[in-house]
Amino acid sequence: MTDKIKHQISDELLLAYSAGNLPEAFSLTIATHISLCDESRARLGAFDSVGGSLIETSDAVEMSSNSFEATMAMIENTDNPIVAETKMSTNSVLPQPLRDYVGGDVEAIKWRSVGLGVKQAILPTSKDATARLLYIPAGTAIPDHGHSGMEMTLVLQGAYFDEEDRFARGDIEIADEDHDHTPVADIGEDCICLAATDAKLRFRSILPRLAQPFFRI
Amino acid sequence: MYSEADATTRQRQTASATQLHVAKIQRDATVGSRVKGLTTVSSHKSEMEIDWGALIVKIRDQRDKQAFKALFTHFAPRVKAFLMRSGADTSLAEECAQEVMATLWQKAHLFDPSRASAATWIFTIARNRKIDAIRKMKRPEPEDLPWGPEGEPDQEDVLALQQESTKLGAAISELPEKQRELIEQAYFGDLSHSEIAEVTGLPLGTIKSRIRLALERLRHTMK
Repeated sequence: MTDKIKHQISDELLLAYSAGNLPEAFSLTIATHISLCDESRARLGAFDSVGGSLIETSDAVEMSSNSFEATMAMIENTDNPIVAETKMSTNSVLPQPLRDYVGGDVEAIKWRSVGLGVKQAILPTSKDATARLLYIPAGTAIPDHGHSGMEMTLVLQGAYFDEEDRFARGDIEIADEDHDHTPVADIGEDCICLAATDAKLRFRSILPRLAQPFFRI
Repeated sequence: MYSEADATTRQRQTASATQLHVAKIQRDATVGSRVKGLTTVSSHKSEMEIDWGALIVKIRDQRDKQAFKALFTHFAPRVKAFLMRSGADTSLAEECAQEVMATLWQKAHLFDPSRASAATWIFTIARNRKIDAIRKMKRPEPEDLPWGPEGEPDQEDVLALQQESTKLGAAISELPEKQRELIEQAYFGDLSHSEIAEVTGLPLGTIKSRIRLALERLRHTMK
């Protein structure tokens, strides 16, 4: 059963994901979100269909004269039907795309402390953007971090609040450099998020507010 | 935890969400009017008469080389054009287009005509080749839905999807030229919005709003 996801990915980013024009870290975050959100998955299907229609109706460039024979030869040399890579849903906290990067579920994450119970794990993606998992103890503010450019945050466990709203498992939030927000993990459960940024992101020194757990009343 | 019942519910939810976003077709339309609709479409353009999806199914079931040849003749030159617009030179685009078509043969058993049109499926293969071979990047894929027991797709769903695809194609070709160009660039040109702004000299805001308008128009047509 999937809970209703309140915060979905924008058309602009979904189109770019469908077209294959996003840095790996953002693609990973969107693939993970879609694994959790049936509505975004259906919208992605629509964007793929637009790509299909464009291919269908676009101009053609003539293939070389022996191209069909060359392709048949290629097929005959390797005529093993490609086995379906099933990436089926499981009960794990991390959907399959993330498990591929982590090498397992939550217990396989190699956390590094950034202070006061907050932990992070940077995932191996191309350098044009960074993807990291964040672990924020219940009731704690997410450490202040400087970034320019876009930051995409996807909740995997627990929830957080900021000035805008409450974000729970499957919800995705996009913040740009003008968007100043102070997310605080919900009190119910420790929060695990995937955050992708397109510019170098560095945690500043531990700020006082980190030491002051926030309690929702 | 996913039980089989959950899987079915999820599948239905996805199906209905697809309807909402791709095309709000009348599920309760009679089979008669569907067939009539298809006939109208096929008289529209000669190549539209060919059911490309059925040809892929023939490759899947019978390793049918004639079916493959027809698909190749139609799609390979389009895939090559797509790859060239994405920055490949002629020889790389030729090589990759052949690989895309070979993949179509090798993955034919994974094609489900009730989930994607032939053109959409070929687009996803071509896009993945573009990312691998031209951009040398990775694009993680979402995990698959639990689709439940495999079976032949419902013929009604296949027909409905064909109609949606035809309608979408028509809607795209009817977009105002400027909107259509930007959508094409966003898919084919391998450019971010800000790079499109540089190339076209258009302000970023204009580009974003034109793309948004184009998408709204497509949604409206598909309702």
